[in-house]
Amino acid sequence: MAVGRDGFVSQASLLRLHHRFRALDRNKKGYLSRMDLQQIGALAVNPLGDRIIESFFPDGSQRVDFPGFVRVLAHFRPVEDEDTETQDPKKPEPLNSRRNKLHYAFQLYDLDRDGKISRHEMLQVLRLMVGVQVTEEQLENIADRTVQEADEDGDGAVSFVEFTKSLEKMDVEQKMSIRILK
Amino acid sequence: MEGAELAGKILSTWLTLVLGFILLPSVFGVSLGISEIYMKILVKTLEWATIRIEKGTPKESILKNSASIGIIQRDESPMEKGLSGLRGRDFELSDVFYFSKKGLEAIVEDEVTQRFSSEELVSWNLLTRTNVNFQYISLRLTMVWVLGVIVRYCVLLPLRVTLAFIGISLLVIGATLVGQLPDSSLKNWLSELVHLTCCRICVRALSGTIHYHNKQYRPQKGGICVANHTSPIDVLILTTDGCYAMVGQVHGGLMGIIQRAMVKACPHVWFERSEMKDRHLVTKRLKEHIADKKKLPILIFPEGTCINNTSVMMFKKGSFEIGGTIHPVAIKYNPQFGDAFWNSSKYNMVSYLLRMMTSWAIVCDVWYMPPMTREEGEDAVQFANRVKSAIAIQGGLTELPWDGGLKRAKVKDIFKEEQQKNYSKMIVGNGSLS
Repeated sequence: MAVGRDGFVSQASLLRLHHRFRALDRNKKGYLSRMDLQQIGALAVNPLGDRIIESFFPDGSQRVDFPGFVRVLAHFRPVEDEDTETQDPKKPEPLNSRRNKLHYAFQLYDLDRDGKISRHEMLQVLRLMVGVQVTEEQLENIADRTVQEADEDGDGAVSFVEFTKSLEKMDVEQKMSIRILK
Repeated sequence: MEGAELAGKILSTWLTLVLGFILLPSVFGVSLGISEIYMKILVKTLEWATIRIEKGTPKESILKNSASIGIIQRDESPMEKGLSGLRGRDFELSDVFYFSKKGLEAIVEDEVTQRFSSEELVSWNLLTRTNVNFQYISLRLTMVWVLGVIVRYCVLLPLRVTLAFIGISLLVIGATLVGQLPDSSLKNWLSELVHLTCCRICVRALSGTIHYHNKQYRPQKGGICVANHTSPIDVLILTTDGCYAMVGQVHGGLMGIIQRAMVKACPHVWFERSEMKDRHLVTKRLKEHIADKKKLPILIFPEGTCINNTSVMMFKKGSFEIGGTIHPVAIKYNPQFGDAFWNSSKYNMVSYLLRMMTSWAIVCDVWYMPPMTREEGEDAVQFANRVKSAIAIQGGLTELPWDGGLKRAKVKDIFKEEQQKNYSKMIVGNGSLS
């Protein structure tokens, strides 16, 4: 497995994450189900909580084992300077690269995983974030504007390339990083 | 024949010793100092064990010990700052970063989930159950551990089980007998005596050492006593120092027998399972109880569930709506000698009691606090939070706003709605949209 080698996640952090994985796995099944993650209070109140939980279960699986757990969390590892210097073009891109962080965020929008964020998907995710506080009309306006601004080839949807382009000035590395204390 | 005679002799000497050294002093509330000596030896042994372990532990495993402190660097700024915008700014594709980061932070570490598993000790106390990752350190340490196991299981456990058995039987029989008497001050005095004696026996059945602080604030008749909840033993600990009226559901089995016997001797408030759902009925009966100044103070645990004694969770407002004087009590266990937390999803009552009886001892501090009443213009929730803070500060526990019911149920949607509201305000602003 790619995690653990090449310092993708440090040894000490791995130990901590394993501890956490075991704590979340209440019935000691050896894997986590959606329900285990839903029990986390602070996650359940997060407007995008369900989308985040979903990101742990790619390809319609119902269980996430420890490597899968770490794979998602590895996206949020801060980017250290040493990573960019010793970039070996033959090795696979580390999960916490800017591109992969952006891809994680893209996935939160792309509900049907077809590689495009349609206007309809944008609406649905927006609805998750605002709940019942905003009218349908206002939400449609926001969705339309956002898709139009990002859409370059005029297909009415935002592809990953367009998504990346519209966020090129954003400090993704800092915003999508969680630093584990030593 | 000889074997049976010998066994009989041993049993009778055993019982006489128990009677003389433990039961009789319990009746009079006197201590012979045996438990103090036991505790001193225990503390010395554990100190020695800790030093041995520290000498032998390689550096990496110390890592595990700081798991209870925060492991990630948190940015606790409010949503506005995290989304880097002022009020009324428009929605950005990058807004999702903030929520996903917060979500993943919660997955790595949240302050609630860790409260529902036992507290991790910084040093080992010679019980394998508290050391998740114990390694072989030295032969001597292992020998001491084996000795500890023998002492706990073969010497202490039979003694404790005997005591528990005697204690419970005495309670049931005593309470039933006292219940036959007509109502009078004699009956009350006798019921108190039976009650206290049996509780003391049961506490000794767990090798409990309890320190009561501020006894002048002990809950008075007609009041409500409120405490943080860690295990069913909390009840035992509080009732050893005073008599309370219990509130709770009627159970079947052994608990049911005990409950029915107790209610004969003095009035407790037991509810049928169906009645518990009717909050007005519950409040009404409790109000009636405290209105009668001759009745004992009610004992309530407002958290509603067992927490692992490192924090105090949300106090349910129901107990604070009844009125009357609240007497807060803080209970803090010393985890060094035995973990008192009842993880009801992991252990049932019987295995929990067995774990208790095979620990070294149960050591705890009980602080009685000055009575509190609801102030003008304060609603039940604010009052509940005020009492909760006072208890947390006194007991040295952290305070959490979360509901203990999170142990079993999912969090209420109302908290998610708050976040959604905050976010909506930001992107929709004052209705100004192009």
